Amino acid sequence: MRLEPIANPSALRSIGLPAGALALTVLVASLLALIAGANPFATLGLILKGAAGSKFALLETLNRATPLIFTGLAVAVAFRAKLWNIGAEAQLYAGAIVTVLLGTGALPLPSALLIPGIALAAMLAGALVLLGPVLLKTRLGVDEVVTTLLFNFIMLLFVSWLLEGPMKDPMGMGWPKSPALEKAARLPRIVEGLRLHWGFALATLSALAVWVIQTRTTLGYEIRAVGLNAEAARFAGIPVGRVMVKTALLSGGLAALAGFSEVAGLKGNLTLDLSPGFGYTGIIVAMLALLNPLGVVVSAIFVAGVFVGADSMSRAAGVPTYIADILMATALLTMVLALKLTRLKVRWR
Amino acid sequence: MAPDTGAEVVLRLDGITKRFGPLVANDGISFELRKGEVIALLGENGAGKTTLMNILFGHYTAEGGTVEVFGRALPPGHPRAALDAGVGMVHQHFTLADNMTVLENILLGTRPLLSPRLGAGAARAKVAKLSRDFGLAVDPDARVGNLSVGERQRVEILKALYRDARILILDEPTAVLTPQESAALFGTLRKAVAQGLSVIFISHKLGEVMEISSRVLVLRHGKLAGEVATAKTDRHRLAEMMVGAEIAAPRLSDRAPGPALLTLSNVDTPRRGSVPGLSGVNLTLRAGQITGLAGVSGNGQAALAALIGGLERPVHGGMELHGEVPGDWSPRAALAAGIARIPEDRHKTGTVSDFSLTENAILESYDEAPYSRKGWMDWRAAEGFARKIIETYDVRCPGPSARIRLLSGGNMQKLILGRVLEAGPKIILANQPVRGLDIGAVTFVQNRLIAARDEGAAVLLISEDLDEVMALSDVIHVIYEGRLSPAFPRGTMTPAGLGQWMAGHGFGGGAHAA
Repeated sequence: MRLEPIANPSALRSIGLPAGALALTVLVASLLALIAGANPFATLGLILKGAAGSKFALLETLNRATPLIFTGLAVAVAFRAKLWNIGAEAQLYAGAIVTVLLGTGALPLPSALLIPGIALAAMLAGALVLLGPVLLKTRLGVDEVVTTLLFNFIMLLFVSWLLEGPMKDPMGMGWPKSPALEKAARLPRIVEGLRLHWGFALATLSALAVWVIQTRTTLGYEIRAVGLNAEAARFAGIPVGRVMVKTALLSGGLAALAGFSEVAGLKGNLTLDLSPGFGYTGIIVAMLALLNPLGVVVSAIFVAGVFVGADSMSRAAGVPTYIADILMATALLTMVLALKLTRLKVRWR
Repeated sequence: MAPDTGAEVVLRLDGITKRFGPLVANDGISFELRKGEVIALLGENGAGKTTLMNILFGHYTAEGGTVEVFGRALPPGHPRAALDAGVGMVHQHFTLADNMTVLENILLGTRPLLSPRLGAGAARAKVAKLSRDFGLAVDPDARVGNLSVGERQRVEILKALYRDARILILDEPTAVLTPQESAALFGTLRKAVAQGLSVIFISHKLGEVMEISSRVLVLRHGKLAGEVATAKTDRHRLAEMMVGAEIAAPRLSDRAPGPALLTLSNVDTPRRGSVPGLSGVNLTLRAGQITGLAGVSGNGQAALAALIGGLERPVHGGMELHGEVPGDWSPRAALAAGIARIPEDRHKTGTVSDFSLTENAILESYDEAPYSRKGWMDWRAAEGFARKIIETYDVRCPGPSARIRLLSGGNMQKLILGRVLEAGPKIILANQPVRGLDIGAVTFVQNRLIAARDEGAAVLLISEDLDEVMALSDVIHVIYEGRLSPAFPRGTMTPAGLGQWMAGHGFGGGAHAA
């Protein structure tokens, strides 16, 4: 088997293959529904309805997409520079911790100053969490996949200790959770009465900002050059190590915003189940978007929709929500393959 | 090696046609190889030599035409078929495992996967006999990683012979050899044909083609442009057939050398993996002068290029630029000191393949005005610069926004040349600037380097092609195991004399004159 590049893929190829991937994903989901003893069409219909079938469902999907946009962006930014940040989860929690620290009465400021202040501090915290692994990488050549991944567990245990100890809510009836944010520190809702909060708008704006950085700024040029060919970048005089560090700060900061927006926009306090793996799912989101920051918004909404839809379907049809994980995995594998194949021709020999 | 007329035809290609999209890489190519002859396959890069060999070896499937070996048609698209039929190929880039011995490398892939024994005893005897018969002296128990390039090539040939190859194809075999090693290789090839083997010798070096082959096939733009008996032609006519037009050799005008712009005195650099460092190197690059660096590849050329290019610092000894010792030394410092760098590997070091021509054009100046202002890129200015290079340096491309990986090596090199020369450099480091380029591009690049020299730049030309070094240099150094020979002024050395230095003769026990 051999792969040959295609210079100008046909429309059939570039639309047909991703559509085929989607069809395959749907087929796999149908099979799973059959195995679970449910009607596949009804199951898929319920997923779709649960994800986007009503105003409530749609807003729930967008709410769920918000942290995924942030972590997806964090991953997309880092991967673009071939910095393998698997630690968005840890950076997310760093952002959440700082949000609780500063948002529970420590800073007597009006909302208009307090919220941006907390957001910036959260970004800084996330950036610092990634700074360690990236310095180990650029200085000593330590593999950042290992360090960032392991940092996730350290951070979870740290959060667990905080919630059992210094940050435990005295009014929490013994539950491991932090005190609630004060009203001034909460992100308001975009439309009063609906659950969607300003975190979603911030996420979308962040995607736009990342896109502008990548395509219009000198830093973006450096990041892309380092990611595509670090050797040529170094030869041309691009400070590869420094670009890596800047990329890490940006990536860690974006992931931390996920924690900030979840605590300040949705939950109101910090618990150990703040993130059901948003950091890891961010990798799927970024890969599905081919690391394109604007694509991240679309793919995060898609991924969120599948999860939200599956939750709702599970209640109605009795098919386990695991179907969402398998759907995600299938979608990722088939879609990445399909997008590769739009540019490459396979020759069997 | 008289032209064989009655000898058996061992390989017949008939009407081979291969298209890549709109490009016809091979257009109805037919030829025969007879028993006991050496034919040379001559052609510029992109003429279709590699494609043709890939078809023969089943890596590509031709749209039309047939391949017959010893009278039997090869099924298209089966890489093993050619090997089993007795065709052996020695690639330009060796395919040996460095951490295994010579014998193990030769046996690799000849034994069934689950065979319990290596069968080394019989193999050893066979290898020893082949070594003797073909003049391929190499220790079967030596680790390949410790062998010289010439020895490795012998292992590759032994590998093919061990598999009972009756037809040997050698792709640019002398690119990595000293003149003496090349002569030894030719000796082996003569022994091979005397024993009834047949050889296809792929090259673009006319001198060798004249020396070793009995017939020459010239490929141009995918077509067989001509077939001549070597005895009935000469280098000049072959070159014209290759290019399809007359070509002028580069000429160096007489010019008095200017002041020293870069001086290295007694410089050592560290060894990096398998790349030897420099030891006790003295070198002076003067304005208006091309300094040629001859040597077999892997003898420290990379270390010298890294040093002057700003990627490496001397651990010992001094460097002076424009009469001053540079404070900090990095690629940026080198660029700031007016050093233009044409890297050895244009794909890996010189360009970012997935960047556009525009993005590649500003790779060394992206953070300077007008391309970058206060952290924002000005893509219009960058594109203007790319267009200027494309026009001035005749870069053939779809446009400035095309990805550079789509360009041929020659056009890629022209873009790099434009990028570095447009900065008005004082010193030019040209590391293998024409390797792999077609003759048109070679002439273009060489003339640009000469023009820069005539305008007062100091040029360091690193090349493994001795002819090129001798044709273009005002003075020549030979590099051997990280050490530099004295400077030989133009016209004072013969190829054989330089070849002695390239093989390490003349370098005393560590000390040598500057």
